[in-house]
Amino acid sequence: MTSVGTGYDYSATTYSPEGRVFQIEYASKAVDNSGLSIGVRVKDGVVLGVEKIRVSKMHVEHSNRRLHTVERHIGCADAGLMADARNVVNRARSEAANYFDNYSHSIPVRALAERIAGFMQAHTLYGHVRPFGCSILLAGYDRTGPQLYMIEPNGIHLGYFGCTAGKTRQAAKTELEKLKLNELTCEQAIKEVARIIYKLHDENKDKDFELEIACANANGFKVVSKEILEQAENYAKESLNDEMNE
Amino acid sequence: MSTIDFKKSYLIQQEIYNQPLPVRERTTQPIHTGSSVIGIKFAEGVMIATDTQISYGSLAQFRSIQRIHTFGNRTLIAASGEYSDFQFLLDGIRALETTDICHDDGKRISAPELHSWVTRVMGQNRAKMNPLWNYILIAGVDKNRSFLGYVDLVGTNFEDNTLATGLGDYIARPLLRKAWRPDLTEQEARKTLEDCMRVLFYRDARAINKIQIGTVTATKCEISEPILLDTTWI
Repeated sequence: MTSVGTGYDYSATTYSPEGRVFQIEYASKAVDNSGLSIGVRVKDGVVLGVEKIRVSKMHVEHSNRRLHTVERHIGCADAGLMADARNVVNRARSEAANYFDNYSHSIPVRALAERIAGFMQAHTLYGHVRPFGCSILLAGYDRTGPQLYMIEPNGIHLGYFGCTAGKTRQAAKTELEKLKLNELTCEQAIKEVARIIYKLHDENKDKDFELEIACANANGFKVVSKEILEQAENYAKESLNDEMNE
Repeated sequence: MSTIDFKKSYLIQQEIYNQPLPVRERTTQPIHTGSSVIGIKFAEGVMIATDTQISYGSLAQFRSIQRIHTFGNRTLIAASGEYSDFQFLLDGIRALETTDICHDDGKRISAPELHSWVTRVMGQNRAKMNPLWNYILIAGVDKNRSFLGYVDLVGTNFEDNTLATGLGDYIARPLLRKAWRPDLTEQEARKTLEDCMRVLFYRDARAINKIQIGTVTATKCEISEPILLDTTWI
């Protein structure tokens, strides 16, 4: 059983003798190298948080967003190759608009997750296109309430109460498991997500980062306002100080 | 007794039956119509009013239809004329709004911009000789500047302090012009619009006395519940 794909990893159309398609697994590695993305589904909504690593001091703040609005009630965070994510998000917007044209009803989150998954999976079938190197954390609020899905490069889409993607995803997942997600409100979740991102940010490896947070609740999907973001960041920094002092 | 050629009569019947149907490929007349829309600017914003009737020729078919709709946070759009064309336009406007929300760049499409977009849509359909048979008023407030604009089925468009479509342009507009002042208050504007809609109910054979008033200022954008106007016929 080889976990090295020598010879079987040149094309997405080739299986290895163990039944693995290595190109798809390599696509997931692209996701694993990105900054942290967290999604939590709580009592009254879904909160998405992103650690947007600032590659250069020359970058303008708020540019190159990693949180995207897909419809009035649905948005997503991306992890991995951002250009790939932009392609997927545009397709998702188009799917949502098309659904409304046909059914005169906003697309349910689950239906959109299935469509995005189908789109991403279609790119794992051929030799002339490569799989998308991004995961999409889809957050929305529809008639069935708040929902969070993560769609991976292989097309698997699962509903989550808490999901993470990126470099520090394992540690973030552990942090999320400590929380009682179904008892939190969006307000509290925003603070906790900020705290986790700040806690797991590695000062030595990536110098600067920008925190982005969005919330999908009964009022729709919105990137949180500056004031709320500042409050969350202050809470995160205080929690870091408390931990260091302990 | 003359013989009947059944085969021939059958062939003639088939020929008539299989004629290509006359297909309408463009709108030639409005069928379900809304009557006037009237609008006036006041000190803090803009106010427009319509009645809630859709007529089928001389039949007052639907009497509780909302003909004013909101767009974004600070714009109202109302139409008279063919209601199905207005619904079609509203679908396009809703898609425009969704795209605007998705951009999430801190700026939303304003009333003058919507007016421009609608003008182009109406103009393009007219150029294809298949107009959206509507007479539209767009009202909004953008950066503390009030906007009231008109677009019609051929793409004619203009802005003014007082506007009206249909019979309202003849009956209500003089009354609106007389009432307009730069410092008109919201209550005065509301009273003026109600009075004009009442006159229109008296004089327009395709109107009813149930109206809705849409108000937009820098801080709010709302459409009232239907108001029943009292009338004095003696």
